Amino acid sequence: MIELNELTKTYGKEKKVAVDRVSFSVSRGELFGLIGPDGAGKTSIFRILTTLLLPDGGTAAVDGHDIVKDYRAIRNTVGYMPGKFSLYQDLTVRENLNFFATVFGTTIEENYDLIKDIYVQIERFSDRRAGKLSGGMKQKLALCCALIHKPTVLFLDEPTTGVDPVSRREFWDMLKRLKEQAITILVSTPYMDEATRCDRIALIQAGQILAIDTPGNITASYGDTLLAVKASNMHILLKALSAYSGTLNSYAFGEYAHVALRNNQSEALEQWLLDAGIEGLQIRSAQVTVEDVFIKLLGNRATV
Amino acid sequence: MEKVNPTNANGTSLNPEKETVIEARELTKRFGDFIATNAITLDVYRGEIFGFLGANGAGKTTAMRMLCGLSVPTSGTAIIAGYDVYRQRELIKKHIGYMSQKFSLYDDLTVRENIQFFGGIYGLTNAQIKDKSQELIARLGLEKEAARLVGTLPLGWKQKLAFSVAILHDPRIVFLDEPTGGVDPVTRRQFWDLIYTAADNGVTVFVTTHYMDEAEYCNRISIMVDGRIEALDEPQRLKEQFSAESMEEVFYTLARGARRSD
Repeated sequence: MIELNELTKTYGKEKKVAVDRVSFSVSRGELFGLIGPDGAGKTSIFRILTTLLLPDGGTAAVDGHDIVKDYRAIRNTVGYMPGKFSLYQDLTVRENLNFFATVFGTTIEENYDLIKDIYVQIERFSDRRAGKLSGGMKQKLALCCALIHKPTVLFLDEPTTGVDPVSRREFWDMLKRLKEQAITILVSTPYMDEATRCDRIALIQAGQILAIDTPGNITASYGDTLLAVKASNMHILLKALSAYSGTLNSYAFGEYAHVALRNNQSEALEQWLLDAGIEGLQIRSAQVTVEDVFIKLLGNRATV
Repeated sequence: MEKVNPTNANGTSLNPEKETVIEARELTKRFGDFIATNAITLDVYRGEIFGFLGANGAGKTTAMRMLCGLSVPTSGTAIIAGYDVYRQRELIKKHIGYMSQKFSLYDDLTVRENIQFFGGIYGLTNAQIKDKSQELIARLGLEKEAARLVGTLPLGWKQKLAFSVAILHDPRIVFLDEPTGGVDPVTRRQFWDLIYTAADNGVTVFVTTHYMDEAEYCNRISIMVDGRIEALDEPQRLKEQFSAESMEEVFYTLARGARRSD
C-alpha cells in the first residue's frame, strides 16, 4: 500500500541529510508505526509521502501511485493529520468538516459512519470555533476531517505529542477501531510505549532506519541479558551500575534501573552492589521493551 | 526588601524539620466563573525533585504561572523561595529558574552569547558570567560548539544547555515545564542526570512531564484533576494507595474521571 525505496531528503546549502535512503513498505490494512525522537526525519517522510515535498533521491508510491508523477491521485485518496493543528481556527467544528468534505467532493452524511465514534465526542461543540477547542478536542476534529472523504490511507504525524497519557490511550483505541475498517494507517510518534500498539514498526533516528519488524520480534531480538534493579536511591544506584565492570549499558527505567550485562552473572552484580553499600536492593530479570532496544541501537552509533 | 520567613507563614508547615521552598495554601485562580486552579495546598522541600502532573486542561500551567510570579492569584497564599506571591513577584522571578519547551534559549545567538545574555538578566557580574560560562561549557562538553548558533544545535544539546542556563544564577528552585518532550530516550536520561545532580547540590526541581517513567524519578508527585490536587505523595505510596503497578495506572485511575479535558 505504501512503498519507500532509498528515499532521501537533504536540506540547505550544507546538504544536511534529513532522510537517509529510507526503505520500507506498509501492507493494506496495516497499522504501521514510525518510532523516533524529534529530528529523526519522521515529518519529512510524511511530507514526501503526502506529496508536499519532493525527495532528493529514491522513490515512493502510495496505493500504486508514484509520489512525483501521480501526486494528484494521492492527494485525492489520502487522509493527513500533520503535526500541528491544521484546521481553520475561525470556522466552527461543523464548518471545518463541511469544508473538507466539499473539497473532496463529498458530504458529511456520505461517510458519517466512519467518523461517528469520534464525532460524538465533540458533537456538542459543533457550533464552536475550532480555535476555541481544547487540545484533545482539536485532535479529534482533525482526525474526523482527515477521514471525511473515506481515504484508503491515513497519515498521522505525531498525533499524540504533548498529550497526557489518558488522552493518548484513548486516541490509540480510536485508531484500533479505524483499522478494523480496513484503513491503512501510518502513524509517527516519539513515545516508545505506543510502539506495541502497532502491527509493525520502524525505529528511526537521524534520518536512518534502525530496525523494522513487529514489536514482538524487535524485543525478542534484544540479545543481551537485561536486568531490572531497584534500590532506595536511584541516583546512587545508577552511578554504581555504571562503575561496575560487567555493565554493557545501564540507565534509569521508571521504578527500576535497567542494566545489560556482559555475561549472565546477576549474582556477581548483586554481591558487588551490596558491597558498594546499595540499600533496598532488588534484582530481577527485565522485560525488554522497544525503548530498551532503541537505547541499545542508539548506543551502537555516535550519539549527540 | 524584606524576606518572608517561611516558618512564619499563615498555616503551619507540613513538615517543620525540612526547609520549605514552596508553600502554597488554598491557592486559587479564577477567570470569571471558571476556577482554573481550585484551592491547591502543597509544600515543596529544599533539594526535592517534585513532579507536578495532570492531564492537559487540569490547571497545571495556571498554577505554575502563579508559583513563578507571572500571575496574581485570586485567593489563597503562596511563598516561593521565601517571597510572597502577591507582594514580591519580582523577587520570586529573580530567585527561580525556568525552562520550557516553548521558551528556552535564543536560536540566533551563539551558545556563549546566550549564557552571557541570561547571566546579565539574572544580575551576575561579568567576572561571574565568565567563570560560569567556562565551567558550564566544559561540563557539557560544548567547547567546539561554543561559537555556534543555538538554533543549529540538535534538540538534546539545546535542552541540556537550556537547563544549565536556567540554573546559572544558582536559584533555589528551578521550574521545568515538560523539558524532555519528543527527545530521544538516551538524551532524556542524560537530562535527568543533570536534574539529579542539581538536586544533589540543593536546587529544588519542580517538573511537569507526561512521561510516567519520569514520575518515578521524583521524590514526590502531585496529580491535578479539574483544577484540584487529587493526590500528593511518593510514587511508591501512590501506587500502594491506588493498588497500581505503575504510575501510569495511578494517573489513568485519577485522570479518566476528569470532566475537563484539553
